[in-house]
Amino acid sequence: MKRFMNIRPSRGAKLFLGLLPFIIVAVFYLVASDMRLAENPNDKLLPSMASFSEAIDRMAFEPSKRTGEILFIGDTVSSLERLGLGVLISAVLAMLIGIPLGFIPFLRAGLSPFVAAFSMVPPMAILPILFIVFGMGELAKVALIVIGVTPLLVRDMQQRVSEIPVEQLIKAQTLGGSSWTIVMRVVLPQVFPRLLDAVRITLGTAWIFLISAEAIAATEGLGYRIFLVRRYMSMDVILPYVAWITVLAFLFDFTLKKLTYKLFPWYTAGKEGS
Amino acid sequence: MSLISIKNLWKKYDDNVVLERITLDIQEGEFCTLVGPSGCGKSTFLKMLLGQETPTSGTFLLDGKPFPAEPGIERGIVFQRYSVFPHLTVLGNVMMSMEMKESKVLGKFFGAKRKEAKRTAMEMLTSVGLGDAADKYPSELSGGMQQRLSIAQSLVNKPKILLLDEPFGALDPGIRADMHKLILDLWEKNNLTIVMVTHDLKESFYLGTRLLVFDKVRYEPQAPNMYGALITYDIPVGDTRESVLKEVEESINE
Repeated sequence: MKRFMNIRPSRGAKLFLGLLPFIIVAVFYLVASDMRLAENPNDKLLPSMASFSEAIDRMAFEPSKRTGEILFIGDTVSSLERLGLGVLISAVLAMLIGIPLGFIPFLRAGLSPFVAAFSMVPPMAILPILFIVFGMGELAKVALIVIGVTPLLVRDMQQRVSEIPVEQLIKAQTLGGSSWTIVMRVVLPQVFPRLLDAVRITLGTAWIFLISAEAIAATEGLGYRIFLVRRYMSMDVILPYVAWITVLAFLFDFTLKKLTYKLFPWYTAGKEGS
Repeated sequence: MSLISIKNLWKKYDDNVVLERITLDIQEGEFCTLVGPSGCGKSTFLKMLLGQETPTSGTFLLDGKPFPAEPGIERGIVFQRYSVFPHLTVLGNVMMSMEMKESKVLGKFFGAKRKEAKRTAMEMLTSVGLGDAADKYPSELSGGMQQRLSIAQSLVNKPKILLLDEPFGALDPGIRADMHKLILDLWEKNNLTIVMVTHDLKESFYLGTRLLVFDKVRYEPQAPNMYGALITYDIPVGDTRESVLKEVEESINE
């Protein structure tokens, strides 16, 4: 008999084992929900599948009685706009700040302590300041994401730039490169896929800031809706929204990963080799 | 006038003397090999030739002018590893040499210039035996092929000196023999000046025209850093150029 650590599951077994936890949680939920509803048909904590589909129908397929819009779509669009804009601005800032910071000793000496200190400020604590300065509109919510995510990305970029082997940078100088052309041809192309990786990893953090900001001050958005219906204990709306946010987060992660590997074939190859 | 002219050169890190009293002239076309025990400063010496380090004192001239204090286009380098760019194909790696040299704003060629550079790069690749691998990425190449690429990358810009820092140290013996043939061939065809650090004495005898041995001769047990290494041997070794061999052979047969 082989050691347990050396036994590998077959393809089919892998698929089954991967699905198993999902099935267990689903079954567990259905049983628990049935038990509670049998005791009290008005229980709101664990709604039945029927009330879920009724809620989804109401939120996603029927126009709202008050505004005439479909709430679910409006919420998704405005949340994704904020998230997308916030992450995009953060990524651009990370490139503009992180690369020079990692590459030019003078800038590193001058700015590195500041970035390190700034990244320690808890973004949620300055959210009131953002609301005061930027008002209650979109800007404050996007700014929260930018302030929360940019320092993480900047420090990651700085780290990646300093990880480029010094041999490569010296070689590039002997080939006639200037600081500028070496950034353009050696540094930027090599850290760009790493930036996409970093964006992927910080997306979770970005979601936290987005939902927090929406919970506090917004008129639509996925986070706003969840916190709004909490007042009526509408678990039949909250749970589908949470599931939807999870699906969106997964899709972004998956797409970014595939995109990175598709655009930068050398990047994956290097990873497998190391 | 010699290509490299060094007089009474010292290199110290604080009180730690690494090299002392180095006096040396290297002529154009020489193939110098540097050997010595590890930690004797031969790599430091190469780094000074490269511009990565500067001497503490002494005369240090390239072509009669002081050595530039940073790496530059007149000196090519091949390291033991990491000296090719992983994000570019083999062809892209060689083309970048030309692009970095001439295109100062974007570091990239377009149109006719690009076509011309591509042709030159392909010629260079063929001459180092990488003609068939032009579209591969470095991660798909073996260690020996990566070194061939690194050499091609430097040579396409025609540097005055080619510096080699244990370039074949990580290769298998069979591959190393192929690389020796290649570098001798390139040295002769392109009329190169080469300075190479190695820890393989056999290699240094076989490849070079001149062998330089770095070693510490004075050692003070109370202060091991008081004295640095100097050149203990500077000897001409076998001229392995094919043409010279033929010349000698012909002169004997007459």
